[in-house]
Amino acid sequence: MTNMNLAVEMEPSAASHVFHDTAFIDELRLQMLKFATLQVRDSQLAEDAVQEAMLSAYQNIDRFARQAAFKTWVFSILKNKIIDLLRKEKRHTSASQLEEGPNLSGDALIEHLFEENGHWQKDERPKKWDQPDHGVENAHFWKVFDACLNALPAKYGRLFMMREFLEMDTSEICHNEDVSVSSLNVTLYRARLRLRECLEDHWFQKETAT
Amino acid sequence: MMKCKQATQMLSEKLDRPLSAKEKIALTMHTAICTPCRQFGKQMEDIRAMSKSYAKKKESDRD
Repeated sequence: MTNMNLAVEMEPSAASHVFHDTAFIDELRLQMLKFATLQVRDSQLAEDAVQEAMLSAYQNIDRFARQAAFKTWVFSILKNKIIDLLRKEKRHTSASQLEEGPNLSGDALIEHLFEENGHWQKDERPKKWDQPDHGVENAHFWKVFDACLNALPAKYGRLFMMREFLEMDTSEICHNEDVSVSSLNVTLYRARLRLRECLEDHWFQKETAT
Repeated sequence: MMKCKQATQMLSEKLDRPLSAKEKIALTMHTAICTPCRQFGKQMEDIRAMSKSYAKKKESDRD
């Protein structure tokens, strides 16, 4: 394992009890599955990756003590499995659905949205989002949301998912991804900016235009 | 005076860390007079809520 620095010296028997904490493991499995499914976009592949990561964790359990460290470690195993999978499978995304219109991100998007003096460009000022029914039952909205998520640059998407879907805290993400707190915050800002722009272009503005 | 560019970043960071008293005051003053940034702030919270529903939905899709 690459994250040897996370290892805590301890009795093997004390570590393996983690697997007997059913509530903890169930919750962790669910989080892993969410994470994997969002990245590989195939529930069977995701399930396999989680299974393999869990098995690998079980076989190497003697290195781990604390549950927090355990979680980080298992996720790092899972991430490697996902990377392997993504390398093998040609990733199929629906990003092509969103090809029309500028698909800017990072500094380019910020330049596009704001004037030099730091104020909103006239056409880009956020308007109220009318939400006729973007409810969970509106399948079309979630398709757009899904596509917008897919269209995020990979790094934005990963950090955004860790924060918003896995609900990992800042220190955990920074430790896991080896990024500084300020860089994480800026990346999340850019991810949200991009996602907001995409949702507005492909859902909210469209609604009001028709 | 805080500009929209900084204000939008603060409105995002607000979701990730507690703002300092100084930041809160500057942001409140800005959003009091800036409708687009006020909308932006609401939309940041909307996006968080949507993400929550989306993740929940993914979970229930599996069952």
